[in-house]
Amino acid sequence: MNQPLIDLVSISKSFDNMKILDDLNLSVKENTFVTLLGPSGCGKTTTLRIIGGFETPDTGKVIFGGENITYLPPNKRQLNTVFQKYALFPHMNIGENIAFGLKIKGKSKSYINDKIKYALKLVNLEGFENRSVDSLSGGQQQRIAIARAIVNEPKVLLLDEPLGALDLKLRQDMQYELIRLKNELGITFIYVTHDQEEALTMSDTIVVMNQGYIQQMGTPEQIYNEPENAFVADFIGESNIVDGIMIQDELVEIFGARFACVDKGFGCNKPVDVVIRPEDIDLVEPEAGTLQGIVTHLIFKGVHYEMEVTTPDGYEWLVHSTDLFPVGKKVGIHVDPFDIQIMNKPASEDEEAVGVNE
Amino acid sequence: MNRLSKKYFALPCIVWMIGFTVIPLLMIFYYGLTDKTGAFTLSNITAIATAEHAKALFLSLGLSLVSTIICLLLAYPLAMILRKKGVKAGSFIVFIFILPMWMNFLLRTMAWQTLLEKSGVINGILSALHLPEIAIINTPWAIILGMVYNFLPFMVLPIYNVLIKIDDNTINAAKDLGANEFQTLIKIWIPLSLPGIISGITMVFVPALTTFVISNLLGGSKILLIGNVIEQEFTKGSNWNLGSGLSLVLMLFILISMALIAKYDKSGEGAVF
Repeated sequence: MNQPLIDLVSISKSFDNMKILDDLNLSVKENTFVTLLGPSGCGKTTTLRIIGGFETPDTGKVIFGGENITYLPPNKRQLNTVFQKYALFPHMNIGENIAFGLKIKGKSKSYINDKIKYALKLVNLEGFENRSVDSLSGGQQQRIAIARAIVNEPKVLLLDEPLGALDLKLRQDMQYELIRLKNELGITFIYVTHDQEEALTMSDTIVVMNQGYIQQMGTPEQIYNEPENAFVADFIGESNIVDGIMIQDELVEIFGARFACVDKGFGCNKPVDVVIRPEDIDLVEPEAGTLQGIVTHLIFKGVHYEMEVTTPDGYEWLVHSTDLFPVGKKVGIHVDPFDIQIMNKPASEDEEAVGVNE
Repeated sequence: MNRLSKKYFALPCIVWMIGFTVIPLLMIFYYGLTDKTGAFTLSNITAIATAEHAKALFLSLGLSLVSTIICLLLAYPLAMILRKKGVKAGSFIVFIFILPMWMNFLLRTMAWQTLLEKSGVINGILSALHLPEIAIINTPWAIILGMVYNFLPFMVLPIYNVLIKIDDNTINAAKDLGANEFQTLIKIWIPLSLPGIISGITMVFVPALTTFVISNLLGGSKILLIGNVIEQEFTKGSNWNLGSGLSLVLMLFILISMALIAKYDKSGEGAVF
């Protein structure tokens, strides 16, 4: 791949002696949809604000297209931001809002008018030029905020939880809109969210952050299927994270039962974290399972049943299945080898999955 | 609670309005449009055209305008700084700022008289430092100083109240779209704070236009503002009819200025009337 478009080099930032970012390094390639994902206070918004120019890092550099822009004010940067609560200018109508950046740049009237029409069409709000900001719904305001940013033809669009204030249905619609926009415009999107589903749906690359550190960076599939640590596993989707002992390559012991797996290179008799997604657990007849337990909880969730299976050691396994097993039934737990994900125990406290009960 | 009993809560307000606003206003109209014998006349109104009265009116308009502009130029940057300081520090500075308002208005103006006097405190310090003395007491400048000093908080507070409601991200958005500091001020800050600016202007200009205390104390007896003229007709001249007539003219000028201001205040948030 080509040169990265944005390079964050060992960025640190503190507010009131609270370390928000600590030695953060991040490369963003051109024409990708990158999502910074993490719980509130993980530093994702601060990272975005540093790229946008609204914060200056205490140490480190921001490189944009090969140039150091760490201390460049936001109005001189070739990127635009879509803010969390839209931040439209209430004293201007929709057309004036979209035209703002172009007027500042001194573009001609006809150019501006064409651009307004083009941008409104792009966000499916044709004919809204003369409407007032107040007369628009939240979703429409968000589209205008996007239109206002993209008419300036930025190389990068920064989006700070832009769908946070919208209701579920609208949020899902806007996710598809954003993917379409990104493909039509062919520019880089850097997207900040705490919503893992949003991140999985839209991103080319997900950067999972916690407590100012990048926990894992990868494609949605990698992040979901191969979480590198317990934090990522717990934050992305629901999962069973249990203590295990790696007996040898491709064999792990959980609560005294041995499971075949596909992971290698962890050593012999080494304590590890084992992640098993609830949909990867097969409930079978007790004698056919590797572990035995009793169904202690059952909820119908629409697509599937959500069950809790308690094993003799007291652990409550979360299981998603389309088959119904009534409460009180004795069942066996079976997991296919490739559905078992082995992770090293966290080396430091920073990596620990604290406070992620989303 | 039924609707009938709810209505009685409005009673004190209605009594107040009738007793202290409507009736006095009608009386001013009555006196202003009659002569001493009670016969209808417009002479009290047209009296504004006499050289002495017209001069006082224009001097009042001029000094109030200058004071209002100075207040605005001082208050806006101050309100911006207060906003930047954040709610906690900002409120404290605002508190310090309005603290003098808890002291009597007359006392504060008399204090300026003592400070500015020929042999007053300021000149005492200046002569001790072998600097030239200032002689602004009994000049229009002293009146402007008094007006600005007394009315500045009324400009700061409404502007500050509007500024703190402006979302940081609205400003960030303007910069993000390429606006520099000056463009952001002209295109975002000022239009968004216009309601506050307008109520500030109203709250400074109107009392400045009608004051007679400040001009009495700091302007000596030589400088007559329209407020002084009206006051003298009521107190010394005992010509209530002329005083009322001139008051009506002054009210008309205030209404005109308010109408002019209201034209620029589309949202109506800053309107006092």
